[in-house]
Amino acid sequence: MTLFRRSTREALTDLWLAGPAVAAMAVLIVIPVVLVAAMSFTDYQFGARRFDWVGWENYVELLTDPIGRRAISNTLLYVAIVIPFSMGLGLLVALGLHRMALWAPRLSNSLRAAYFLPVAATLVAMAVAWQMVLHPSLGLMNAFLRGIGFAGQNWLSDQDLVLYTLAAIGIWQSVGYTMVLYLAGLSAIPADLYQAAAVDGAERGWERFWVVTWPMLGPTTLFVTVITATNAFRVFETVATLTRGGPAFASDTLVYALYREGFVYFKAGYASAITMVFFVFVLVITLLKFRLLERRVHYR
Amino acid sequence: MMELRDIRRRFGKTDILHGISLRVPEGSFTSLLGPSGCGKSTTLKIMAGLDHATAGQVLLNGEDVAERTAAERNVAMVFQSYALYPHMTVAQNIALPLTMREMNRVERLPLAGRLLPTARAKRQGQARRVADVAEVLGLQTLLARKPSELSGGQKQRVALGRALVRDPSIFLLDEPLSNLDAKLRVEMRSELTALHRRTGRPFVYVTHDQAEAMSLSDQVIVMMEGRIVQAGPPKELYERPNHRDIAGFVGSHPINFFDVDLERGRPTGPFHALPVTGQAERITLGLRVEDVWPDAEGQIEARTERLEYLGNEILVHAVLADGRPIRATAPGHAVPAEPGAPIRLACAVARLHVFDSESGVRLAGGTQDAAA
Repeated sequence: MTLFRRSTREALTDLWLAGPAVAAMAVLIVIPVVLVAAMSFTDYQFGARRFDWVGWENYVELLTDPIGRRAISNTLLYVAIVIPFSMGLGLLVALGLHRMALWAPRLSNSLRAAYFLPVAATLVAMAVAWQMVLHPSLGLMNAFLRGIGFAGQNWLSDQDLVLYTLAAIGIWQSVGYTMVLYLAGLSAIPADLYQAAAVDGAERGWERFWVVTWPMLGPTTLFVTVITATNAFRVFETVATLTRGGPAFASDTLVYALYREGFVYFKAGYASAITMVFFVFVLVITLLKFRLLERRVHYR
Repeated sequence: MMELRDIRRRFGKTDILHGISLRVPEGSFTSLLGPSGCGKSTTLKIMAGLDHATAGQVLLNGEDVAERTAAERNVAMVFQSYALYPHMTVAQNIALPLTMREMNRVERLPLAGRLLPTARAKRQGQARRVADVAEVLGLQTLLARKPSELSGGQKQRVALGRALVRDPSIFLLDEPLSNLDAKLRVEMRSELTALHRRTGRPFVYVTHDQAEAMSLSDQVIVMMEGRIVQAGPPKELYERPNHRDIAGFVGSHPINFFDVDLERGRPTGPFHALPVTGQAERITLGLRVEDVWPDAEGQIEARTERLEYLGNEILVHAVLADGRPIRATAPGHAVPAEPGAPIRLACAVARLHVFDSESGVRLAGGTQDAAA
């Protein structure tokens, strides 16, 4: 009656359920990564009929060339600014809106939507708006600064300022996302715990936060850190639309450099090397965070 | 001693509590008993200071504490969900009330706390008290574990430990046993009684389980729909329930209820022979199962339908002449009538309960009141 033994049938079911997804992952992710990794050791150019193996030359160029190093250091600085600010502000906004939902649910909901808008909106379109706001002579920002007695700034064309401007836009864009994640985390904290904390003597906001809220948000924080970090590493749209990496590569980042080398200069081999470096950064930061944070984070 | 005076609580437009007045004397074990949604948990939270009354007074040892927080009232509370801090070990969970009370902010910091000599001394004192409590509750071997590694019963003990580690003015327990399995629940009952005797503090115990309330308490307060229906010792509740619903709620066997029409003050139908008098047209008779038994001389005629042999007693399911079912008990060694055979039942007239059919209120005219 039965064609296979029970264990064989179960194995076949498993294969049937997991197989398609695994196959898609292999075709769409694993194989391209391997190809890119292989290509990063060649001098291949798009459209060329032949290529040579050049070993680590692309990597050496990226790590010794001032422009390549600039892209790496810019990216790291950008990430180092965006992660803490985006998470800190996101948490603050979430705490505020979570409490506000008790006495002004409608206002809380509209503000939530407002904060989330930059996440939902196309960043390229938003970049145009930012360009207007930050325009040195016509922009709102400088008009405001002059109005309160400060000098206007060349937000996007000052070499010392441009990266921070982009980081600020990056924070503006991701606060809504971290806020939504933290709001979900906050609403999952049982009210009983706050009541128990009140009975135990943790009554003021500060104590409640450290005894209940912050530890209970541990899993959310871990998730938010990884998501924010990978998103920050991928910064591209604002660079491409607002500064094109300039002035003088002051705002050049890894992904923008990868785009420029690959799709403007068609240096596929070099662009692949940049991709691999980017990939390693994200991988390392993810592993590091899981190793560091998982020890202190309890999952229920 | 905790006292509530005419407490009212309103959520939006809904009144949850309609004037609750009660006293929990020093050293008392008081149960708040009632079906879910009757306001018993809200009452407990108002006692704790976790919720605030819309009107009325909360007195703790004679002082009005309405404006004081839970910590200032020095109450201890055990929650149905245990409400343990999942990121802390058992020892840290139990010690938290001490940490929050005795140490200032700087001493509580993880690093500074280890360096400051005052903090170290306090931590040692707390560890000793945690160890004492753990010993009482049998948690010594679990102190280093996290709550997620504990069983339900162990979590409940940790929650109790957190309440016991300091000397609170009153213990408030919100359905602490309802998440445990039946066997453990019975075991924990005797432990709770022992803890109550040890501490000598008043306990207020919220439950919907009448058996828990009856077996643990010296005072049971029955609440229904935001009102206190009856308050008194368990024995009084059982023997003189002042409402039909209480008679139905209290007792391990469900009580027999019969709506009986009265004619010229005397019952009609199968109960015409009972010495019950009343002014109402219609009354509800309540006969406890153990107060009805087969007897050849009995005043009630019925027909046996089914026998349930329970060892120490036999539960007799019978049907009255008008088709209504009645349950009675016979001693385990008795040989009651076979199923299908006619049977006569006698009842303890002195322990009859008579209620108004409309309102469910106990009628003063019942014979047991005359007999009592």
